[in-house]
Amino acid sequence: MGIISKSRKKSPWIMHYDCTSCNGCDIETLACLTPMYDAERLGIINVGNPKHADILLVTGSVNKRNEIVLKNIYNQMPDPKCVVAIGACACTGGIFKECYNVLGGVENVIPVDVFVPGCCARPEAIIDGIVQAIGKLDEKAEAMKKVAK
Amino acid sequence: MSINNILTAVIAIIAAPILGGLLFGIDRKITARMQNRFGPPVLQPFYDFFKLIGKQGIAVNQTQMVYVLGHLFFAIGALVMLVLKQDLLMLMFILAFSGVSLIMGAMSVRSPYSKIGAQREIMQMMAYEPVLLLMVVGVYKVTGSFMISDIFNHDKPLLYSLPLLFLAFIYVLTIKLRKSPFDFSTSHHGHQELIKGVTTEFSGTQLALLELTDWIDLVLLLGLISLFFAKPLWVGILIALVCYFFEIVIDNISARVTWQWMVKITWVAGIGAALVNIVWMYLIP
Repeated sequence: MGIISKSRKKSPWIMHYDCTSCNGCDIETLACLTPMYDAERLGIINVGNPKHADILLVTGSVNKRNEIVLKNIYNQMPDPKCVVAIGACACTGGIFKECYNVLGGVENVIPVDVFVPGCCARPEAIIDGIVQAIGKLDEKAEAMKKVAK
Repeated sequence: MSINNILTAVIAIIAAPILGGLLFGIDRKITARMQNRFGPPVLQPFYDFFKLIGKQGIAVNQTQMVYVLGHLFFAIGALVMLVLKQDLLMLMFILAFSGVSLIMGAMSVRSPYSKIGAQREIMQMMAYEPVLLLMVVGVYKVTGSFMISDIFNHDKPLLYSLPLLFLAFIYVLTIKLRKSPFDFSTSHHGHQELIKGVTTEFSGTQLALLELTDWIDLVLLLGLISLFFAKPLWVGILIALVCYFFEIVIDNISARVTWQWMVKITWVAGIGAALVNIVWMYLIP
């Protein structure tokens, strides 16, 4: 593939959404962006705006209140896009799975591409999850082209 | 218009974005080193640009693309006027049109972030436009003409007669490049209070074109700085690059201010310095 495919791998802009996380995974996610791990050298920027983002990082379990917010953010992101579920709560619902208002993992609401396990997930694991998501962006772009045809 | 002029214009249109993108990449690298990080590769702005081209196009309304293209083409027009050594006053007006197109684009959508960004952009234009016009007045007083070609024909560099105007212009450069402390129309980081200000509602190709315009704007403004020392042009270009480095340092050591403070200080210090320079030239011919 050409220059666009190569560029896609080198500039993944992430967006972080916190679905009622306990702040453990959030802090580890933001730790990836600090000068210590320096995710910017991989081209990763935290953009806070779904219209600019390529990868959505979700932490925490989804409940009935923030389900609509999560769907809204996901739908506003332009294709190709990936979703990374970070932490036990985002993967399965974690210890909150049995709660009456919790829907379980993020995959019950939007399609998830990469699961990063852990409570809380380590920054190395999170960066690894983002890198795996970068690899999936190309497949998504191919699928996008087929739909266009 | 001769073949030579057309060739110069085409070369400038192709070279300016490449040069501007590289300068932005170096900016990000230097910024990262100042923050004790390794930083992205120098070609990172180009990667961002091509990635954005490959994304799905989501337009909020149909006129948005017109404004983005207006922003781009007016900037290219100003650049062509600079390399062909045309009228400096007309160049400033075309540059203002380019800014107005961006504001119109940001105002054409219903997002409050975009609207607030557009309003702040208007405040920025209100602050810097008088200084840019006074710069043209000062250049006219020295060379007796609005044409850039006459600056090159002038025997002494402009900097000797317009030192205060030069300082005012560097001050305005910070506002024009939207660098901290005056980055409030598009906050530098996307997770601050304004998300991304005027560019909030632009995505995919439109955002890529806005970045391209930023690169052209940067080259254009550095070109305008180098006019102040035009006699050996390479000294002017060197001064422009030093000024750009100075802007990066300022960007890294300052926090954002309020727009009231910006307008007040730009009008008092910027217009004040420019006017003192012009009045001084009338008194001491």
